Amino acid sequence: MVEVLKTGLYDTIQDIGRFGVQKYGIPFSGVMDLQSATISNTVLGNSISDSILEITMTGPKLLFHCDIEIALAGADLSPKINSKTIKMNTRIHVTKNDILTFGKRNYGSRAYLAVKGGFQTEYYMNSYSMYGTLTKQSKLIKGDQLLISEVSDAYENINASIKIDKTHFNVSEIKVFKGMEFNCLSKIEQNTLLSTKFTISKDSNRMAYHVNETLENTIEPIITSLVLPGTVQLTPSGKLMILMRDCQTTGGYPRILQVSEAAINHLSQKGFGEKFRLKCID
Amino acid sequence: MKDFELTYHRFSERSILVQWPHRISKNILNDVLIFKNHLLKSNIKQVLQVNNAYNSILVIYKCTIDVVYDEVFALKALYFSRANAKNHVFRLWRIPVCYDDKFGIDLDEMSIEMKLSKSEIIKRHSEVFYTVFFIGFLPGFLYLGGLDKQLFFPRKKSPRLQIEKGAVAIGNQQTGIYPNVSPAGWNIIGNSPLEFFNNEPNLPCFAKAGDTIQFIPVSIEVHNEILKAVQNGTYSIESEVVYG
Repeated sequence: MVEVLKTGLYDTIQDIGRFGVQKYGIPFSGVMDLQSATISNTVLGNSISDSILEITMTGPKLLFHCDIEIALAGADLSPKINSKTIKMNTRIHVTKNDILTFGKRNYGSRAYLAVKGGFQTEYYMNSYSMYGTLTKQSKLIKGDQLLISEVSDAYENINASIKIDKTHFNVSEIKVFKGMEFNCLSKIEQNTLLSTKFTISKDSNRMAYHVNETLENTIEPIITSLVLPGTVQLTPSGKLMILMRDCQTTGGYPRILQVSEAAINHLSQKGFGEKFRLKCID
Repeated sequence: MKDFELTYHRFSERSILVQWPHRISKNILNDVLIFKNHLLKSNIKQVLQVNNAYNSILVIYKCTIDVVYDEVFALKALYFSRANAKNHVFRLWRIPVCYDDKFGIDLDEMSIEMKLSKSEIIKRHSEVFYTVFFIGFLPGFLYLGGLDKQLFFPRKKSPRLQIEKGAVAIGNQQTGIYPNVSPAGWNIIGNSPLEFFNNEPNLPCFAKAGDTIQFIPVSIEVHNEILKAVQNGTYSIESEVVYG
């Protein structure tokens, strides 16, 4: 069992998401940066669909009540076990009463803590992903006791670690495809869209990333249609809204671009105030 | 069966959007649902799921689509081989709504702007049959078609940050019920005591696309009684089977 002594900015249990229930209006959810989450599960020999703790910007303080293997991937938030720095992307053995803390953010915005076998928290509609009104909890709170499978196999892959490419955390070009309503934009608007340097606004969250810059918007709203994580909508006020993993299933704003799956991961590691350009690969 | 002119577009690496003509109509919805059903029954292994909205379906594949042309070709062939399933069962649901001023917080303003009395608004809202087109926006939020044109009313300029669970509202050409506490840009005219989303994983929503909804006006006393019964699990929603 893992006890939450102190929460970070926004800690949630996630997995690869909820599928097959969008017909009820339920979001996909799931880890924001699928690539980093997969790395931390893989280091432990877990399945990629095992549940994992997603940590945003500042980490929580966690107490382990048993011996267990863990791994951290994604953002480097200076993780420490009992005040001793531990490595990222590496299998770490923790023992009963060890305390995991985080410190300064070195790169990235979202870190992933995997435990051997995954967290055994609330499983709802084929997924462990926490989401608003759907699951009992929408994020971790102080005092939570997260169940885990208390099986330690320290002799297997004992030195497992993955070397990662750090450019993943500072990609300046977000790769996109043309969206359904891209051609409703004028040539000038299209050029502006693909040459503007956008800044991630502080309103961004797991549902959508917003930007500070405003574009000219002359497109009519569409009849409510389907959207996915990565869909870029242009709001009537001319702001871009990039839908992320917790996004709604349908929307009525024009869908001008679709972020590539790899670039959704890149964007997930960007924080407020960071800048990016859009690069059309269609 | 009339064939509509459909368009097929790659939406993401793993999905294709099929679009019908840009209209909200029951004929289009019927065709959308027949094709969606046919697609799901045809057991294409690589298809993960199919979702629909008013005039579109999104086909999501398990893996990245290698050759979009091949998949579009397969979808087109399936569209032309679809058949209208006989005895497709839909239901008509009778949904109690209390239009009392306690709940209908925008009724006064709408009544003035529309130049219709409040009782006329309530009458027009509750005497028609609505079609459920799809569920989206929030878990359990029904997109309904069939609102009386006299009741079309623009969305609020700035949305309310929080409205009550069960709020019945009008936004532009649409009406709907907020299944939970939520921010809301639509105009609130009443409240339904029913649960539109519950934690029953096998059937979280009682209504589905293609079903019919009728709003039954109830007094605030009846609203409270039903609310209690719903909370105790002793209320059963009035409905009847309709063959599509």
